[in-house]
Amino acid sequence: MQQTLAQKIIARAAGLKYVTPGEVVTANVDLAMIHDSGGPRRVAPILRDLGVGLWNKDKVFLVSDHFVPGDTEETSAILALTRDWARETGVRFLDGQGICHVVLPESGQLQPGMFAVGGDSHSPTGGAMGAFMFGIGATEMAGVLATGEIWVKVPETILIEWTGRLRDGLMAKDIMLALCGKLGMDGGKYQAVEYTGDAIKSLSMQERMTLANMTAELGGQTGLIAPDGVTTDFLRSVGGDTPDISGLYSDTQAPVLEHYLFDATSLAPQVAAPHSPANAMPASEAENTSIDVAYIGACTGAKYEDLKAAARILKGRRVSDGIELLVAPSSKRDQDRAAKDGIMAIFEAAGAKVLPNACGICAGYGTQRLAADVTCISSTARNFKGRMGDATSQVWLGSPLTVAAAAVAGHIIDPREMLL
Amino acid sequence: MSGRIFLFGDDIDTDQLAPGQYMRGGIEALAAHCLEATRPAFSVDVQPGDIIVAGRNFGTGSSREQAVEALLYLQVAGVVALSFAGIFYRNAVNLGLPVLIAPSIDGAKDGDKASLQLSGSVLNLSDKNTDIALEPMPKNLQEIIESGGLVQYLKKRLASKCKGQ
Ligand code: SF4
Repeated sequence: MQQTLAQKIIARAAGLKYVTPGEVVTANVDLAMIHDSGGPRRVAPILRDLGVGLWNKDKVFLVSDHFVPGDTEETSAILALTRDWARETGVRFLDGQGICHVVLPESGQLQPGMFAVGGDSHSPTGGAMGAFMFGIGATEMAGVLATGEIWVKVPETILIEWTGRLRDGLMAKDIMLALCGKLGMDGGKYQAVEYTGDAIKSLSMQERMTLANMTAELGGQTGLIAPDGVTTDFLRSVGGDTPDISGLYSDTQAPVLEHYLFDATSLAPQVAAPHSPANAMPASEAENTSIDVAYIGACTGAKYEDLKAAARILKGRRVSDGIELLVAPSSKRDQDRAAKDGIMAIFEAAGAKVLPNACGICAGYGTQRLAADVTCISSTARNFKGRMGDATSQVWLGSPLTVAAAAVAGHIIDPREMLL
Repeated sequence: MSGRIFLFGDDIDTDQLAPGQYMRGGIEALAAHCLEATRPAFSVDVQPGDIIVAGRNFGTGSSREQAVEALLYLQVAGVVALSFAGIFYRNAVNLGLPVLIAPSIDGAKDGDKASLQLSGSVLNLSDKNTDIALEPMPKNLQEIIESGGLVQYLKKRLASKCKGQ
């Protein structure tokens, strides 16, 4: 029987030879990731109520990122509770090292073919590694932590193929904004979205992560990229074993729900107008929208390669007068790499302010938030009304290149105009 | 339970249901701001038993369960929508909030008196004496909702496992 990659992974996790889309199966979870917001403070009381411990502490990965740096009494208490729980349970814990969706792959623990869950909606990011990973809420996570199992309705696969090659000045973020615009925020229909085609295969691992990450904005359950040489090279580079990727692809005759075909070569840099990622348009059409704040941050848009891209624009330039450029590198590791390569120095010289390796303004949980009536352009994934600050703030989305270009110009601009 | 319909459009997101700014505190404070970005007086106007009727992709956005908890806190009887965002749907089932898919919501008006029957899969518009048919909920999920959510359901399951040993 011809099966999609999603079916193959679920079948293995459910201990079955085949599964059919629409069928509800119970699957064994290979890895569960939780963070300080949806994690211990919410799951620990439920586990206590159930009177059970963790099904397997070695398969649980805890990250603090949403309430870091914990600069208020409330948020530091949440972090303290998170740390205590980590000590008590002995789970793997990355504390203040960066955003969960970035530090998990960096740890080398997430392997191709895994069936994994995360207590966060951007958990499909793990699909860049060829893992079937999806987001769940805290109660369901408590169920997983107690039993190691979860029910899943085997999804159909929506195949999204990008042929050609992205031109200089374009990034995975532009692909995703364009897709949100074309398919809408429910275009993924809570099915498995699989990205394929030459333009996708030529993307680096961190760019693939941006792609899989924003499957959340497309409304897919998971976003998958079949593992290949890029995947194995990445996992070796972070110190993991060379994974076995044999059989981890969709069979050519496997039925899919939809098959979209797009040409990457003709894509122009995209922005999304407030208040939805689906409000996508070419950046050139929003030119002259003046901005107050430029934010390079989040799991979506501040990884090493995002920082490197932004630095291409910022090198030898300064942020326009009266504009605040804020940079919150996704992880400590990425920030250290960027510092070593002189990228952080470029940000500093351009007048950027560097924020902690955490969710920061993207989550809008902390003290730093957008003020009333501020217009911001951001490399994050979603621009819902009031998410990053006051309900009157206006957030545009763009690639890190587009955000950096706007910071220099003082208004939205096609970043290619600034590339040398 | 019966109440009135609160009608919403497409893509009602989790930041509207549970604004990030109030995520540090308890559910009471959070629920007071539920849906205020779209409908400022929602948390004051809504009464126990009222029903949310919405367009496509209700609950899009983050995995925060507080989006569901805020509605439960306000004693909303359930949500009927053309479609739901996947994680919100799972969360609602796991916390015991009835969520039902309607092929069409054309007959429903804001303020209409209505009642929701989970088992019969209908939204009854009492004043107009008409029913809006809903998609039947998968049986296993209905069981979780009727148990009062996943925790109660698991308790039963864990208890029966113990007995079995
Ligand atoms: S950076 Fe933003 S999108 Fe990413 S996990 Fe944190 S809050 Fe979510």
